[in-house]
Amino acid sequence: MEEVVLLGFWTSPYVMRVKIALLEKGIEFQYKEERDVFEDKNKSELLLESNPIYKKVPVLIHNGKPICESLIILEYIDEVWKQEQQLFSADPYYRAKARFWIDFFDKKTTTCGKKLWANKGEDQDAAKREFVECLKLLENELGEKPYFGGDHFALLDIALIPITCRFYTYEKLCKFSVEEECPKFMEWVRRCNMRESVSKTLPDPFKVFDFVLEVKKRFQIQ
Amino acid sequence: MAEKKNSNGEVKLLGAWPSPFVIRARIALNIKSVEYDFIEETFGKRSQLLLKSNPVNKQIPVLIHGHKCIAESMIIVQYIHEAWSSSGPPILPSLPYDRAIARFWLTYIDDKWFPPLKSIVLGLDTEPIEEKLEKVREGLVLLEDAFNKISKGKDFFGGDQIGYLDIGFGSFLAWLKTVEVTEGVSLVHETTTPALAKWLQKFCAHDAVKDVLPPIDKLIAFSKMLRANVDLVINPK
Repeated sequence: MEEVVLLGFWTSPYVMRVKIALLEKGIEFQYKEERDVFEDKNKSELLLESNPIYKKVPVLIHNGKPICESLIILEYIDEVWKQEQQLFSADPYYRAKARFWIDFFDKKTTTCGKKLWANKGEDQDAAKREFVECLKLLENELGEKPYFGGDHFALLDIALIPITCRFYTYEKLCKFSVEEECPKFMEWVRRCNMRESVSKTLPDPFKVFDFVLEVKKRFQIQ
Repeated sequence: MAEKKNSNGEVKLLGAWPSPFVIRARIALNIKSVEYDFIEETFGKRSQLLLKSNPVNKQIPVLIHGHKCIAESMIIVQYIHEAWSSSGPPILPSLPYDRAIARFWLTYIDDKWFPPLKSIVLGLDTEPIEEKLEKVREGLVLLEDAFNKISKGKDFFGGDQIGYLDIGFGSFLAWLKTVEVTEGVSLVHETTTPALAKWLQKFCAHDAVKDVLPPIDKLIAFSKMLRANVDLVINPK
């Protein structure tokens, strides 16, 4: 009997990646929502025990063994639950490309993500330009394909789609439109949202915006 | 230092001898006995080939395999493990959970452990050097514990053979030694990190490793040059 537990928080795009992957694979799992992800004193015992180094979600606990870091979890899920249609291409080159784009995207969102909602003025503008440039590069990589994985919704699609629930927040706070800047990227977003695994997982963008405003108030960010 | 191996030109590696990230790719290619042309980049300048083969990050290492360009050191190492799966020993562990653990520690090494070490090498004044050294030491204690759990009594993180985590961590050893010499400190030592001290000796003597780890005196001279040109490190042309 497989026991799969996912520790998460509803606004984390990294957690959403794992949820989508589990749903795509039809894997039954128990989801445990953390009360708060900002302060260690509010984090669950289980999280602190399972991820003592980073103390962050997502953590997948498979038969008692914790696996941390979203991309590592996605690769683990694909390796353990093998199906005819895998999340990852079997070709080493396409696997390398998917890993590369996820790494690139994650580094970009780490450097400019917070500035989009927490900063103002030139810092925020610079972050906005960097973020749009990143989306344009991804749009170019997508090309004419329906998905980043080609004909199939695959690992890179799963890794990228969650951040899109923050687009409304970024657009409101930074005053730009992703649709205007990257229309093909938005076509891909709408296509992905037709999949049940995505529509069931991504939260309402308006709720995400309200949450960001609450966080700003809580930490006194103007 | 750059050695050009005989090859039919099918495999090329763009890199530079001091870079630990390039060293990772070289060790992996050696494990798989892949012949390759090593194309040395000039410090502070980006060649046309680099800009063409890695237009997004514009960074070394880049592995060019036929018409395919692969960038980012550990992505290259995983590619080598997968593309040459029938040649030489495997680089990643065979069990998914063991792979997840190896990948996790690699993430920790790159994201948390290496940055203070890099800051010391570059002579950045972001915080007092003692604090950076303390972070490096704390990380080594965690890695000592990880080694004891992962190696299961064998010589390497990968067991009997060097593997993904040995390569990822071991690639920094020459720089670690350089910092010990230039700062007059001890970081890996048989009294504080006995298992890592033993592992370090065996790793550095391994056939796939010994010719690609740069000599310490050369790295010390290079690090002086780096400190004098920190701008170029952060914003290469």
